[in-house]
Amino acid sequence: MRDSTKLIILYALAALFVGLYLFHDLNGSYDYALPRRGVKVAAMAVTGIAIAYATVVFQTITQNRILTPSIMGLDSLYMLIQTVIIFFLGSTHITVVNKQVNFLLSVIAMVIFALLLYQLLFKKGNRPVYFLLLVGIIVGTFFSSISTFLQVLIDPNEFLTVQDAMFASFNNVNSDLVWLSIAVVAACIFIGWRQLRIMDVISLGRDISMNLGVPYDRMVRSTLILSAVLIAVSTALVGPITFFGLIVANLSYQFIKSYKHSITITAAAGLSLILLIGGQWIVERVFTFSTTLSVVIEFAGGVYFIYLLLKESRSA
Amino acid sequence: MIQVRELSKFYGKKAVVEKVSVNIQRGQITSFIGPNGAGKSTLLSMVSRLLDADTGEVLVDKDDVRKMKSNDFAKRVSILKQSNYMNVRLTVRELVSFGRFPHSRGRLNEEDIRVIDQAIEYMELGDLQDNYLDELSGGQRQRAFISMVIAQDTEYVLLDEPLNNLDMKHSVQIMKILRRLVDELGKTVVIVLHDINFASVYSDRIVALKDGRVIKDGPTEDIINSESLKEIYDMDIPIKQMSNCRICVYFNS
Repeated sequence: MRDSTKLIILYALAALFVGLYLFHDLNGSYDYALPRRGVKVAAMAVTGIAIAYATVVFQTITQNRILTPSIMGLDSLYMLIQTVIIFFLGSTHITVVNKQVNFLLSVIAMVIFALLLYQLLFKKGNRPVYFLLLVGIIVGTFFSSISTFLQVLIDPNEFLTVQDAMFASFNNVNSDLVWLSIAVVAACIFIGWRQLRIMDVISLGRDISMNLGVPYDRMVRSTLILSAVLIAVSTALVGPITFFGLIVANLSYQFIKSYKHSITITAAAGLSLILLIGGQWIVERVFTFSTTLSVVIEFAGGVYFIYLLLKESRSA
Repeated sequence: MIQVRELSKFYGKKAVVEKVSVNIQRGQITSFIGPNGAGKSTLLSMVSRLLDADTGEVLVDKDDVRKMKSNDFAKRVSILKQSNYMNVRLTVRELVSFGRFPHSRGRLNEEDIRVIDQAIEYMELGDLQDNYLDELSGGQRQRAFISMVIAQDTEYVLLDEPLNNLDMKHSVQIMKILRRLVDELGKTVVIVLHDINFASVYSDRIVALKDGRVIKDGPTEDIINSESLKEIYDMDIPIKQMSNCRICVYFNS
């Protein structure tokens, strides 16, 4: 099967699920239910596309297929930021109440963190993959420990606000931020898309890409920032879903045998739409909300992660 | 001409390459030889910008390499390192096509496709061009990478131990191709070699390094003699003349 055929099938499926989600069992509620469902679909689409793009390019610059930006501790950093703000400023402060301000603050903090991590990991020569993974896990654990510590000290009423950020699931999507997110993600992908041919070269490794005239270090840095922004946006919207990027990126590599990022990313984004929107539809209609989609994703993703680790260790 | 002036590289306080000055002439094969840890690969990496030099400068046809744009540099100088691990699965043809990246930025035109076909033909990879790299033997893989560098079509071609892990047949094959690159296409080849007999038989000039310094630099016939080799390797190596080749018999010295 050709790659273009596969992409058409993916997006046909995605469109089917969007249609199902929007119109199934609508009972003519065009004024009430349809706009609400529309916002949710938009939120899921923008999250899925952001995570797919960020994960694929992140895996290219780190030269592996197991690490994702989430594993590197960005999720726990987001939680830490939310907790610290509420701990020191209170739940009525403008940075909490005004979602846009909160959003920008989180994005900026994550970008700074990404830059620091870059300095640590990429500046001093080639670090092995396991070193990256280790630093990510340690930093992530460190952040979540501080968050937990602060949450214990916090006033119970204030804690409810923190909890809101912690468990932001697909069922209570932050609709204030959907349009802002779409704008940010669209801008990021517009910037990134023109560089995907360079990303194709970067997947050949540092030496070969420098030989081919790619300003490697600068590209790695800008790509890291780009994926940090995208992950920040998706996290601010729906909350931390650590393993989702891993699933869609690796399914895309298995499904599409091309080295071209424009194709693998498009496929990963299509898979995201199917998994998120289709999954959410099943959770709502079939399981009638008895579980949440993020639980299902984390479970399936965790199992898949272990499978990939075992596969890598066998081939190494 | 590539002019290397007073180039140094330090790891901590230890100088791996120390004040190396050397000129690489156009239209020749220049071999870097020397014992392990002499700084050959480090020197090559600095000339090709893979590694930043701590002091000194490198001029390619009188232009300072640090002031060149990455893309312009890649049209003039290419480098192939010894290990090329990749995370992606590519066919031979896809890899060779990447050689055109500095020229076409990923959008191949007819001229690019012609050059790619030629490069594949040149390395006799026509039958293998749709095979994946991980299905090939070490020698075939090495030929595919060299083919990519040929497609890159640079005046200067730098190779870091291209004969590593290759058997005799493939080593000879690759050295012959490099010779043809110089004689037929007028390229300039700089190569790091471990086997001094390959250096002796195929190169025009030899630069010998030891402890991060150049200790010999001259035409091949001036370097391949027992006195010079004694200085370079601390071994007594007899030289035997066989047909037109000078062979260093180092196996029992």
